[in-house]
Amino acid sequence: MTAAPIGFEAQRAAPRERGAFRDLLRRHPTVAIGAAILALMLLMAVFAPYLGTVDPQALSPVRRLRFPSRAYWFGTDMLGRDVYSRVLYGARISLWVGFWVAFFSTAIGLVIGLVTGFSRPVDAVLMRVMDGLMSIPPVLLAIALMALTRASTSNVILSITVSQVPQVTRLVRGVVLTLREQPFVEAAVAVGTGFFKTLRRHILPNTVAPLLVQGTYICASAMITEAILSFIGAGTPPNVPSWGNIMAEGRSLFQVAYYIVLFPSVFLSVTVLAVNLVGDGLRDALDPRLARRM
Amino acid sequence: MFSYIVRRLIATIPVMAIVAAVVFSLLYFAPGDPAAIIAGDLATAEDIARIHHQLGLDEPFLVRFWQWTWGVLHGDLGISIFTSLPVWQLIQQRVEPTAALTVSTLIVSVSIAIPIGVVAAANAGTWIDRAAMAFAVLGFSVPSFVLAYVLILVFSVGLDWLPVQGYSSITAGIWPFLQHLILPSTALGLIYAALIARITRASMLEVLSQDYIRTARAKGLSSQDVLIGHALKNAAVPIATIIGIGIALLIGGVIVTETVFAIPGIGRLTVDAILRRDYPVIQGVILLFSAAYVIVNLLVDLSYTVLDPRVRF
Repeated sequence: MTAAPIGFEAQRAAPRERGAFRDLLRRHPTVAIGAAILALMLLMAVFAPYLGTVDPQALSPVRRLRFPSRAYWFGTDMLGRDVYSRVLYGARISLWVGFWVAFFSTAIGLVIGLVTGFSRPVDAVLMRVMDGLMSIPPVLLAIALMALTRASTSNVILSITVSQVPQVTRLVRGVVLTLREQPFVEAAVAVGTGFFKTLRRHILPNTVAPLLVQGTYICASAMITEAILSFIGAGTPPNVPSWGNIMAEGRSLFQVAYYIVLFPSVFLSVTVLAVNLVGDGLRDALDPRLARRM
Repeated sequence: MFSYIVRRLIATIPVMAIVAAVVFSLLYFAPGDPAAIIAGDLATAEDIARIHHQLGLDEPFLVRFWQWTWGVLHGDLGISIFTSLPVWQLIQQRVEPTAALTVSTLIVSVSIAIPIGVVAAANAGTWIDRAAMAFAVLGFSVPSFVLAYVLILVFSVGLDWLPVQGYSSITAGIWPFLQHLILPSTALGLIYAALIARITRASMLEVLSQDYIRTARAKGLSSQDVLIGHALKNAAVPIATIIGIGIALLIGGVIVTETVFAIPGIGRLTVDAILRRDYPVIQGVILLFSAAYVIVNLLVDLSYTVLDPRVRF
């Protein structure tokens, strides 16, 4: 789910001990299933060169459009490239984009959210900008930013990050505004705890849980957005075997060689599903109040 | 109520101004010189300078921003660099397919999602509930264009029931029109349906734990009357809210779905404009989609008074 989980309340930070972690996996098996699939995809991406693949860019006009067989597990495309190798290498792009977008958008959103949560004048200006950015559909904003820049993986990460930051900002700001009114924060301020110490000891730990959950959802939607961008020709450069690019190439031949589109689709869907399962499980574990409602 | 509408409309002005500023900056900072593109390969430096002056491209940023905003306020979105047609005209030509796709997707997703959400909530904790929520997680995870290809493969290529691609205007007959919309709106509607089903279930569960539901049951009302007449009615506000917020998701999906199904709508126009770096068109389309999103959410807010008489503005 991509909508921001709203209404997080002050709560203790994530369980740290190993016992608590095991308990989390037992009570929320979806996290375990999701994490296992994700780990598998990660291993596949890292060890792609050793998994019976060939050079994903190697052209072989003689062996064009071969149907999946024992020699070509996922068939070959219109230039004779091995689809199996391309799909395995493609996992690298999706996971890379998903991770970095989640990391950068939560980091940037956290900083802006903290500032707007504490400073009213900055809040008045920045939140109007965020409102404006939020009324541009994220995919559209990412597409527009890509139209301005050269096709590259880092530009894809940058464009998707920009479109996700407003949501995180809003989430963090909400948490900060609620926490500021809490007795334990008021008490800390009353006994003379410094601003940064209050921030570090009382505010930041309480943003970890909602950000972790939001981060996984951002990761999932970033992987889908990357595929969309590449699919319409505004994403990673065409020579990079990303799942979106493989599907874009197979698009015109879909009726003859549907397998070119099918395999990257399945891998993309399973990976996104795994991330969402982890996200749902984390949400259930970290925010029981919200979990009952969802 | 009237004063609330006016206040809300006024409140959308700064939001739209920021959208306009973002959209304008996109063109301003865009690489490449539109004058050079319009002038063509054989143009001399003087030709380009002349076009520069004609288009007002030699003016400073704020002057150009003001001129552009003034134009937009008068319905002038500029001229497409690639086709030399007014952007507004290009958009008008393509509104029908996109409007048809959006409306049919809304109908498909709401009519799938609400029953699923209600049934899941009524059977909370059972396998029916789990199956419904598994459907919802799956719906979020399968990108709409992936589902689109699966549907084409099964229903068009395999069974030959429906056309593979294309669009047929409603003026050419109702059946061909619907035939071309079934697959795209189902593909696009699933992710949206997943979102709505999840919120419907959550909202229903919240309402079902209220005292008046127990009273209604105690009166001896059938469980159907309680679910639809009492619970769903009271759960309507969050459902309407998520339908509004989800429009952003729908707009992103329209762009891709129109590409997969070769539907000549605004989504397709956007993709073509991006591939050709036709910035005035890109600006116009973003502005239009954002305005649509803001207006839909305003309408959703206003619908609260109808859905819940306790809400007064």
